[in-house]
Parts: sequence; C-alpha cells; structure tokens
Amino acid sequence: MKGDFLMSDNKPRIIIDVCSVGKQWNSKSTSNKNNEPGDFATLEEINLEIYEGEFLCLLGPSGCGKTTLLNIMAGFERPSSGSVFIDGVEVNEPHPKRITIFQEYALLPWRSVLGNVEFGLEMAHVPKKERQTKAKELLELVSLTGVESKMPKELSGGMRQRVAVARSLAVDPDILFMDEPFGALDALTRIRMEEELVGIWLKKKKTIVFVTHDIDESVYLADRIVVLSALPGRIKEIIPIDSGRPRDRTSFEFIRLRERVYEALSLDYKKTVEYYL
Amino acid sequence: MTKSRRIILSLTGFITLVAVWQTISFLGIFPQGLLPSPIAVSAAVYELWARGVLFGHISDSLYRFFAGYALAVMLGVPFGLLTGWSRRLHALFEPLLQILRPISPIAWLPLAILWFGIGNSPTIFIIFLAAFFPITLSAISAVKNVDPLLLRVARNFGANSRQMLIKIIAPAAFPFLAAGLHMALGAAWVFLVAGEMVGVRSGLGFLIIDGRNQVRYDLVMASMVIIGLLGLAIDRLMRTAETFILARFGVHRA
Repeated sequence: MKGDFLMSDNKPRIIIDVCSVGKQWNSKSTSNKNNEPGDFATLEEINLEIYEGEFLCLLGPSGCGKTTLLNIMAGFERPSSGSVFIDGVEVNEPHPKRITIFQEYALLPWRSVLGNVEFGLEMAHVPKKERQTKAKELLELVSLTGVESKMPKELSGGMRQRVAVARSLAVDPDILFMDEPFGALDALTRIRMEEELVGIWLKKKKTIVFVTHDIDESVYLADRIVVLSALPGRIKEIIPIDSGRPRDRTSFEFIRLRERVYEALSLDYKKTVEYYL
Repeated sequence: MTKSRRIILSLTGFITLVAVWQTISFLGIFPQGLLPSPIAVSAAVYELWARGVLFGHISDSLYRFFAGYALAVMLGVPFGLLTGWSRRLHALFEPLLQILRPISPIAWLPLAILWFGIGNSPTIFIIFLAAFFPITLSAISAVKNVDPLLLRVARNFGANSRQMLIKIIAPAAFPFLAAGLHMALGAAWVFLVAGEMVGVRSGLGFLIIDGRNQVRYDLVMASMVIIGLLGLAIDRLMRTAETFILARFGVHRA
C-alpha cells in the first residue's frame, strides 16, 4: 500500500535521510539554554527517508521524542548517534532553507504583522521594497489582508499562526518543520487551519514534516504517518494514507484509516467503540 | 480604584504627615531650631525663591544628575547586553561587577575629587557609579530572560551575531531593561546629596551642608523636601515613559 504521492510516475527524490539517529540526554546537555522543557525524550535507532514534496506526520504520545526528532532534523539539536542528511549534506545547524514553525507562534512582539513576515527577508538583506511586496503577497496567501500594521498581540491565535506561516514561506524554504503548530487553537479554528495548510501545500509544493499527537489531524494531513512509541522513542510503524485530497473527515475511508492509526498506537479502539455503541 | 479616589488617598497620606509634623513642632517637644515646623520650612523655600537662588540650585543638581545617569545608560546598556549575550564576556566581567557593585558610590568620593578636581565632575561620577551597576546588571539579566524561542527563530532565518544583537536581543530585552532603568534612576537620585556634599558650591546637596554650617535647619529641611518632591516627579515621568515603551514593545503592564 502506497500513498497517492508515492504513486506518481516520477520516482520521488529523497530530501531528508535520517540514518540510525539516537538521542540520550545527560546533565550537561540539558543545561543548554536553547532547550525547552519537555524536549527531553530519548530516541533509539531512528531510520527514516522523507521524499521531496511529501507531507509527513510524526505521530506519537507525549514523551515519545517526536519534537526531539524534529529538532534534530531542523538542526537545533545534535543527535547522540547517527546523522541526518538533507540533500545529501549532513545537518549541523538550522538553515533558512528549512524553517521551523512552533506551537507558540514565536512572533516578534515588537514588530507589526508586516514586520514579522519581512523578518527572514531582512536577515537575508533583501531590499525593503521587495520585502514588503513579498510579505504582502504571502499574507494574502494565508488569507490575512488588512492587518499588516497590527501588532501580534492584537491577533487571535489562528491569525498569529498564519503570520508565522507567511513569515516562513517568505524566505521560500524547501522544507517546513511544524511542531504541533495548531495545538493551542480551538477545534474549529484548527480544522480550518488544517484545510488551509493543505491548500498551501498543494500550491507551494513544499516538503512538510508535521509533529502532532492528534490522530485526526495526522490522517487529514499526511501522505505518510510515522507512528512513534515512547520510552525509548522508536518508529513503530509507517502508515501510508492513500487517500485523495481534499479529504472528507466523515467518509468511511477516513474513519477506516483513523482506526488503522488507533490500532498502530495500541489504543484498543475496538473495545472503546463497543462501549460507546 | 478610580483615578480620583487614588489621588485623594495619596493626598490624605501627604496631608497627614504634614499635620503630624506640624503638631509635634507646635507641642514644643523639640526646640524650634532643631525641628523646624512645616510652616518654617515653607518659609525657607520661599526665602530661597525670593533670593533668586532656588532654581539655580535645582538646575545645577538636575544637570549633574542627568549627566551622570545618561552616561551610565550609554555605557551600561550596551555593556550589559554584550555581557549577557556572550558567555566569554560574562565569565570575564561578571565577577568584577560583583566585586565593584557592593562598594558604596560615596566611598569613591575622595578618589573622585582627587581625579576630577573640584566642580561638577566628581558629582557626575558618583551618580554615574550609582546608576551604572544596577543598569548593567539588569541588562545582563534582561538578555538571560529573552524567550529562547525567539533566538531559535532568528538562528533559523540565518541571523548573524550583529543582527541577533540588534534585531532580537536588544528589543526583546527592552521591557525587562526598562524596569532596571527605572530602578536605577531612583537609586541614583539617592546619591545626589552625597555627591554634592563635597567639591561643589551649588545644588540641593550643597544646600543641606550649607544650611547645617549656618545652623539653619529650616534650610536643611527645605532642600530635603525639594529633593523628595523632585524624586517623585522624576519617578512618575519615568513610569509614564516606561508604560509607553512597554506597550510599544508588545508588553502590557498588569
């Protein structure tokens, strides 16, 4: 069984190659000031190939190391063993060609919406005129117009995350790493954001690695779901989602796939269902 | 609490203090010369004004104060931001700062006069010292308090060290730093009197020494009152500026 993405005629190119990556924490590395609490999960022998243009979800319970794995791919953390290669080059540090989007939006509170979207281009010394044109174009793409001069604190959570997405796309990266980006949003906003993200992905053809613990979210978004188990973090199963887009969350196919993921997570779905029935 | 209610309460406190003070001096527990009454002090303030020297003393004091404070801000803020950012600089300077900080600025006075001679400079130096350490240390901890996620974002977009410092660290540290600047302002104002006790022939601190030498305690208390009121005015001004700046930098004061 293969995802529709994998069915295309051209053989997909591997863009991210995770080679037997392991991560253990010692007291020295946990004092690193750039770490967030909760990032400290161990990983063991992770092997994963991610294809160019693929939408990949890392799914697992909290503490399974999905964020740690993402941080290693993004270059924020170094693996204890093994390596990650992107386009054949070993990852040592973060790079503007691969941008991470965080659950907390991480907007610069002293900059306007436009200023935030311009930020990456400013770091790349793009002239002001060009920056603004590009930023406005991307704000339109994420359906945010007329709020250019607003400050982040004046926006809702959903709007803030749109700004963060626009900021990331502004520098035209090859890969987007997304760390539970919709985790802080209410259910309805979340569904809306997921739909728009798929729209953007179809339009922009970026490779997306998306961390989540939400099964529905992963089934809705992913070409392939990488299910991780905890303690130590390992790949338990890789589930291809061979369903076209846009996906219907109420369809039988969707529910079947969701059930399959439940099983992979050993959540004993069958028993729960009997109980509800 | 409404604004008018707050003002009424503040005034009540002030009036009560003056009333108690007036009552004690009226009861004659202390000789009039040792505890001048509020009325005598007001008369002394008026006398300074009538002699045409009041504003000269005030402006001399304010000039020395702001010169010293501005110097401390100009040196302390960049120095503190750099020291907070670079682990190497931190290891180099932090112990030195902790050694120099507990030495009272007044202790420097004899040396300051020796180095800078008579005039404004020793006073400015004392104010500078009084403000420099709290400003530098608060700039250091402001950098340490910058949201690490913002640093990650900047690194991700390929910011170099210069961009990191100017575009991320400085603005992100600013709200915290503003509180330090405010605190240092009050702390430095306290040392104005000490700084003006030697080496100058004007200013509010000099006025206290001069009053004592003339055995004019009403003049001593008059300048104490003026120092207090000016301190209040400076604090309020700074608070207004701080609220404005914090709003600009995306922080809402609770």
